[in-house]
Amino acid sequence: MIQASHLSKSFGSIHAVQDVSLSVAAGEIYGLVGSDGAGKTTTLRLLVGALKADAGEISICGYDVRRQGEQARAQIGYLSQRFSLYEDLTVLENIRFFAELRGLKRDEWLPRCLDILDFVGLSAFKERRAGQLSGGMKQKLGLASALVTRPKVLLLDEPTTGVDPVTRQDFWQLLIRIAAARDVAVLLTTPYMDEASRCHRVGFMRGGRILAEGRPSDLRAALQGRILEARGGPLPELRRRAAEIEGVEDVRPFGDKLHLRVAPGMAESVIAALSDAFPARAGSPLEARLIPPTLEDVFLSLER
Amino acid sequence: MNRLLSIIRKEFIQITRDRRTLVIILVIPIMQLFLMGYSATTDIRNVPLAVLDQCRCAESRALLDAYRAADYFRLAYSVQSEAELRALIERGDARAGILIPPDYNTALARGEAQVAFILDGSDATAGSTTLASATLVGQQHATALMFEKLERSGVDISRLQPPLEVRTRVWYNPDLVSSHFMIPGVIGMILYAVTAVLTASAIVRERERGTIEQLIVTPIRPWELVVGKIIPYVLLAFVDTLEVMAIGHWWFGVPVRGDLTLILACSGLLLLSGLGIGLFASTIANTQQEAMLTVWMTLLPSIFLSGFFFPLEAMPQVLQWISYIVPLRYYLVIIRALLIKGVGLAAIWPETLALAVFGLLILGAAALRFRKRLD
Repeated sequence: MIQASHLSKSFGSIHAVQDVSLSVAAGEIYGLVGSDGAGKTTTLRLLVGALKADAGEISICGYDVRRQGEQARAQIGYLSQRFSLYEDLTVLENIRFFAELRGLKRDEWLPRCLDILDFVGLSAFKERRAGQLSGGMKQKLGLASALVTRPKVLLLDEPTTGVDPVTRQDFWQLLIRIAAARDVAVLLTTPYMDEASRCHRVGFMRGGRILAEGRPSDLRAALQGRILEARGGPLPELRRRAAEIEGVEDVRPFGDKLHLRVAPGMAESVIAALSDAFPARAGSPLEARLIPPTLEDVFLSLER
Repeated sequence: MNRLLSIIRKEFIQITRDRRTLVIILVIPIMQLFLMGYSATTDIRNVPLAVLDQCRCAESRALLDAYRAADYFRLAYSVQSEAELRALIERGDARAGILIPPDYNTALARGEAQVAFILDGSDATAGSTTLASATLVGQQHATALMFEKLERSGVDISRLQPPLEVRTRVWYNPDLVSSHFMIPGVIGMILYAVTAVLTASAIVRERERGTIEQLIVTPIRPWELVVGKIIPYVLLAFVDTLEVMAIGHWWFGVPVRGDLTLILACSGLLLLSGLGIGLFASTIANTQQEAMLTVWMTLLPSIFLSGFFFPLEAMPQVLQWISYIVPLRYYLVIIRALLIKGVGLAAIWPETLALAVFGLLILGAAALRFRKRLD
C-alpha cells in the first residue's frame, strides 16, 4: 500500500533523509525506529506530501503522491507528532470537520464519528473541548479523526510519546485491531524499542538513512549467540577490563549490568576470560551468560 | 464546495469561541474612529493670544475687540513687556502675540500705524491657519477704519464700491469640517488594516499551532482553504465598515450622499488588496507576531501615501509616483467622493478600475505564493 523508493530531502546543508526506500503492505504495522533527528518525521511528511522530496518516488495505494496528491491523500490517515487538531473545538466538532474535509456526506459523518469515538473510547467526552483533554486522550482523538474516513493507509508520528503506560497499552490494542480487522497499512515512528518489537517489521533509522530493516525476530536472530550479560564487581572496572578482552566488540551499561557484544563464536572464550579477570569472591560473584539479544542490542550494533 | 462550507463553519465556531478577539475586531474601529474624528482635525479655534498693548487708548481697544470678536483667538494674557510675551510663547502658553506700539493712536491718525503680530511657527499646520486668520482680521479692521475716515471727510461711502469682489462658495462641505475629510479615510484605513491583519493571523495561526499539518493531508485545495478561512473575516470587515460609517454619519455628521450599494461594492474591491497583503504576509511569516509586523510594515507607508493625513499634491513628485501603487489611495478618492460629493460611478471609474486591478494583482501574486506544504 505504501511504496517509497530512494527518497531524499535536504534542508540547506542538512541531509534529513537520504536514499530511503520502504514498503508497507495492507494489514502490516511497520515501525520506523530511531533517536531524535534521525529523519523519521521528515520521512513521514514526505510520504503524506506535506514536504516535497528532492528525489525519489512515492506511491500510496497506487497513486503517485507528487502527481495525484489529492487522490493519494484521500487514502491516508495521518497523526502528526504535535497535536494538530483545534483545541478550541470540541471532540465531536474536530472529527466532524476533518470528516467533512475528507468528503463524508451530511448523513454519513455523525454515525461514523460516534462509531469511531466509541472505538477509541472517547464517547463520554464528545462535547469536551480538545484543549481540555489529557495527552493520551488527545492522541486518541487524533487517531479517531485520522480513522474516521476509513483510510487504507495510516501514518503515525510518535503516537505514544508523552502518553501514560496504560493509555499506551490501549493505543496499541487499537492499532493492532485496526491493522488486522480493516486491512490497513500502518507506518509509525517511535523512539521506544518495546514498541518497535510489537511491529511486524521495523526499520532502524539514523542520520537520514535506514540502516537495517526486517522483522524484529529476524533482526534479533542475527545477533543470536553474540550478546553476553555480565554483572558483579564494581561496574566501571568490569567495563574497562571487559573491553580489553579479545573478541569483545562493544560494552554497554544496562542498568546494573553490562551487555557485551562479542564476535561470532567467541562467547565461550569471552566468558572464560571474564572469569579469569574477576576471580569469584564472596559477596559479589561475577555472573556472565549468553542472553537472547534485544532490539536495543540490534540498534546499538548498527552504530558506526 | 462542501469543504469550503466546512472551513467557513469551523472558522465561525472558532471566532465565536474567542470572545476577546471578536470584541477587539468590533470595538477597536469605533475607538479609532472617535480618536481620529476628534484628534485629527485642523480646525483652529481659540488660539491663546498674548497682548502687549503699549498704547492703551480707545483705538487700540477697538483693534483688540476686532480680534476678540473673531472666533479664532482668545485674548488670554495681557503682558507688560516684550520679554514677558516671549516667555509665554516659549512656554507654549500663548501661541501668538500682538504688540501695539505706544504711538499707535497718533500714527493711526497720520495713516501709518503698524502693529506686530508674533506667531509660534513650530507647529506649521496650526501656524499657517493662525497666520491667515490674523491677517484677515487685521485687514478687515483696517478697511473698516478707512471707510470711517472717508465718511468723516464727507465722502458718501454708500456710492463707493470695491472694484472687485471674490465671492467664495464652498461645495460639499461648506463649513470645511475636517472630520468630513478624515472619517472616510478612517473607514478605508480600518477596512484595509482589519482584513490584512486578520487574514494574515488567521492563516498563520494554523501554522503556529501545527493544525496546518493535519489540513495538508486532507484533500482540501489551497484556494478552498484560503477562501474559506477569510470569508468570515471579510464579513466582519464589512460589519466594521457599516459600523464606522453609521457612527461617522450620526455622530460626526458626515454625509452619506452616494449610493450605499456602490460604496459597499468599492469597499469590497479594497478588501481584495487587504486580503492579498494579509495572504502574502502569511506566506512569509511563521508566527502571528511576524505576520503582524509584516502587515504593519506595508500598512504604515500606504496610509501615509494614500492622502489620509496629508494631501498628495503637497508631496514631492517621487512620492506621488509611488502613491500610484498604493490601493488605499484610490479608495480614499472613491469613498470621499461617494460619501461627501455623492457622485456616481461615472465620476470615479478610473480609481475604481485601478483599485480592482491592484486588488486582483496583489491577491493573485499572494495566492501563487501560497503552498499547501510545510516547506
